[in-house]
Amino acid sequence: MSEHAIEVTINGRPVSGRVEARKTLGDFLRVDAGFTGTHLGCEHGVCGACTVIVDGLAVRSCLMLAVQADGAEVTTIEGLAAEDGTFHPVQQAMRDNHALQCGFCTPGVVCTMAALTADDAKPSEDQLIAAMSGHLCRCTGYQGIRRAIRQLTGQPTGVAADHGEHA
Amino acid sequence: MKPAPFDYVAPGTVAEALDVLAEAGGGATLLAGGQTLMPLLALRMSQPFILVDVNRIEGFRGISHTAESTRVAAGTRQAVALADAEMKGAQPVFNLALSHVGHYQTRNRGTIGGSVSLGEPAAEMPATAVALGAEIEIHSRDRGTRRVKADEFYLGPYMTVLEPDELVTAIHYPRWGADAVTVFREVAQRPGDFALVGLVGRVAIEGGKIARAGLAWFGMGPTPIKARQAEQALIGTALSDIDPRGIAELAIADTDPFTDHHATAHYRRTVGRRIFARTLGEALNIQQAAA
Repeated sequence: MSEHAIEVTINGRPVSGRVEARKTLGDFLRVDAGFTGTHLGCEHGVCGACTVIVDGLAVRSCLMLAVQADGAEVTTIEGLAAEDGTFHPVQQAMRDNHALQCGFCTPGVVCTMAALTADDAKPSEDQLIAAMSGHLCRCTGYQGIRRAIRQLTGQPTGVAADHGEHA
Repeated sequence: MKPAPFDYVAPGTVAEALDVLAEAGGGATLLAGGQTLMPLLALRMSQPFILVDVNRIEGFRGISHTAESTRVAAGTRQAVALADAEMKGAQPVFNLALSHVGHYQTRNRGTIGGSVSLGEPAAEMPATAVALGAEIEIHSRDRGTRRVKADEFYLGPYMTVLEPDELVTAIHYPRWGADAVTVFREVAQRPGDFALVGLVGRVAIEGGKIARAGLAWFGMGPTPIKARQAEQALIGTALSDIDPRGIAELAIADTDPFTDHHATAHYRRTVGRRIFARTLGEALNIQQAAA
């Protein structure tokens, strides 16, 4: 089996490592680089929990080898909030709308939505819902996530904006 | 980390990739977008000695058009092809079928050539190539270049005429003309799932008659299945004489569906018959009595 030296920019910082060819990007992020916010669920491309942003595109990190990410820019859930802890708009929308319960699928969901709304892109509600077909959530019944999508697309959610302060 | 160990090479040119394949003597597996292969590796259903990653090959991506055909380089990402407005205009049913391939997240990595050359019988891209009469451009170091018609490319589930030293470099889709109607219908349990039953194709009409028809099933047999009898019955027939249900019976006769835990063969035939008649009727704007 071959081993490869790689250098990946993760959340704006260069990370280098030496990896077995068979190591997935998801394992590299979690085990080698310590970004355990990326969650590995099924590890064969079905559940979407491990979704991260590679060179601006949301992809499943279990379906990409670490060696393939050599030279790439990767954003994980840890890289989305501002330095001072201010949530990314997608994180804020998820929080405002009770769009998570156990939180296992959440980093992947947030990365998908963040990639689709990056650079001031204005995806439609239908586009975001279609993109959610790439994620399994076993807690929420998806209704909270759909409300978060409505908030992200500038529509009423039917949830009072200040509920979070009193919860 | 679930795959069995393997060596990995990422050639920078087609020639380098062909060298590796020729010297590996059948032990190499090509890695394109990885959206089908990586699960097979994780489940250890595939255990190659050498993985040849084609993602770093120069010039392995891109779409170009001539008056007669559209060439899609094998490494073109599905998401890129789907977003290509010129492609949508030139090959509308390709675009429609592609929108049903996997999910947004998998289309960002998955390639057209990968999907076409793997030959999953329930996938959209192989059947679309068969329906449209596409040709598959294949290179090898020792035997040069050949082109294989898509309907002669598939031998069985995940089995094609590709030799171990060969690489698919492009798919050539004939242009059907802007007037040809599109035929597409897929029944799946969820968006992005493999089709239980699917139908894809185009039909060209001239002077009130069918001039040309290309129709193929997916999920209806061990390979994508060309609906030859239905095509032959349609060609030359006046629109006013077409009975979509009769044509659907001919189309079903060419299928060989299977039973698995998602659907029985009987279900696939029943649904296939219905969607064929309805989709063809709608595409040709033929009024039908309710069933």
